[in-house]
Amino acid sequence: MIQVVLPAHLRTLARVAGDVELAVEGPVTQRSVLDALEARYPMLCGTLRDHVTLKRRPFVRFFACEQDLSHESPDALLPEAVAKGTEPFLIVGAIAGG
Amino acid sequence: MSTVRVLVGTRKGAFVLESDGKREKWDVSGPHFAGWELYHVKGSPVDPNRLYASQSSGWHGQQIQRSNDGGKNWEAVGNKFVYDGVPGTHQWYDGTAHPWEFKRVWHLEPSLHDPDTVYAGVEDAALFKTTDGGKEWEELSGLRKHGSGPHWQPGAGGMCLHTIVLDRGNPNRIYIAISAAGAFRTDDGGATWKPINCGLYSKYLPVPTAEVGHCVHRIAMHPSRPDVLYMQKHWDVMRSNDAGDSWHEISGNLPTDFGFVIDVHAHEPETIYVVPIKSDGEHFPLDGKLCVYRSRTGGNEWEPLTKGLPQSDCYVNVLRDAMAVDSLDSCGVYFGTTGGQVYASSNAGDSWNPIVRDLPAVLSVEVQTIA
Repeated sequence: MIQVVLPAHLRTLARVAGDVELAVEGPVTQRSVLDALEARYPMLCGTLRDHVTLKRRPFVRFFACEQDLSHESPDALLPEAVAKGTEPFLIVGAIAGG
Repeated sequence: MSTVRVLVGTRKGAFVLESDGKREKWDVSGPHFAGWELYHVKGSPVDPNRLYASQSSGWHGQQIQRSNDGGKNWEAVGNKFVYDGVPGTHQWYDGTAHPWEFKRVWHLEPSLHDPDTVYAGVEDAALFKTTDGGKEWEELSGLRKHGSGPHWQPGAGGMCLHTIVLDRGNPNRIYIAISAAGAFRTDDGGATWKPINCGLYSKYLPVPTAEVGHCVHRIAMHPSRPDVLYMQKHWDVMRSNDAGDSWHEISGNLPTDFGFVIDVHAHEPETIYVVPIKSDGEHFPLDGKLCVYRSRTGGNEWEPLTKGLPQSDCYVNVLRDAMAVDSLDSCGVYFGTTGGQVYASSNAGDSWNPIVRDLPAVLSVEVQTIA
């Protein structure tokens, strides 16, 4: 199972208390993880990527295994540890405020 | 006894304030959707327990929330606002062509006849409609595709469609306003639109009497007289007696005619309210004194209403969607400030009390009078 960590506001929106566990069919990529996440929690559609273009929203970042994967292709394979479920796929809201 | 419910949208969540008809003690619930911007919360006139809320953030975009029990419980409904066809461009601040991009919903206007039908005014300016309680949204693209669309440009707050006024007697007639394109009217349910800006004068435009380009801040109407419209423009308070076909100024003796809100007394169609703001460069009251002005003559003659409002060191703003009235016999008037206060008057403005005073900056105030 893929472990996904949502930012606090999206946990509230999706009404989940902690991390999310997802079963992903086929290659584990940003796209397949987000597809599975949005299928489970439809209210998250549009909050991470654009409804139409499916581009990542500007203030959203994807981290895993101490790497920033935000600019990777959405179809690139995620690290093996994420695919095995031993490391989480982190969805992070960019820091803002000042 | 009647209940009054005040729906408050703020920079960091929504709040629901309830009182009985005396309007003396208020129960506050919230924040709902804590941390998110709530540009607008409004109830259905048909079913007062049906509420809609526009929830957004710079990080995670737009959500629409719906409640079926007066704001106790909410569910996220559809948030897919996609322009019809190829959106094209409008003017950017520097005059260059800029692609139309959806940013947020500024205003939700539930139908006067059906709780599942709602209009949404969005930035970049367009009008959307749902007929299934918010699950699916469809653009009424005749507005954006009006020939003037490529010449519209944003005001300082963005190019937002912020005002939607429905006509109870004529479901095909809708008025909308856009900063900074101006006011428009449809008489065929949204298929086609005409600019209704004749009589507006905006000196920041190359042609001050241009057909479009005016920064209209808010339009108000009394339901019993749908052809009479009141407008708070960027500068100038205006009135139309012919459904917007022509406008004339009614600023009269106001100390400044810049402002955002304007509203009409629930029972007196010639009694109107504004909150004068010093200037477009200084978004706070004159001399640090918060003051509502009331005209009982449909404009031109205005009286200051200050009892209960801070009269020194007050530098808040009152934004365009942040005033509303109830429909009790003694009309209640309500407004919220960027300082987080919501003031209420249970006597048509003669005196005011803060019914809550330390909320996040208030973006919108709506009122439901529930029998």
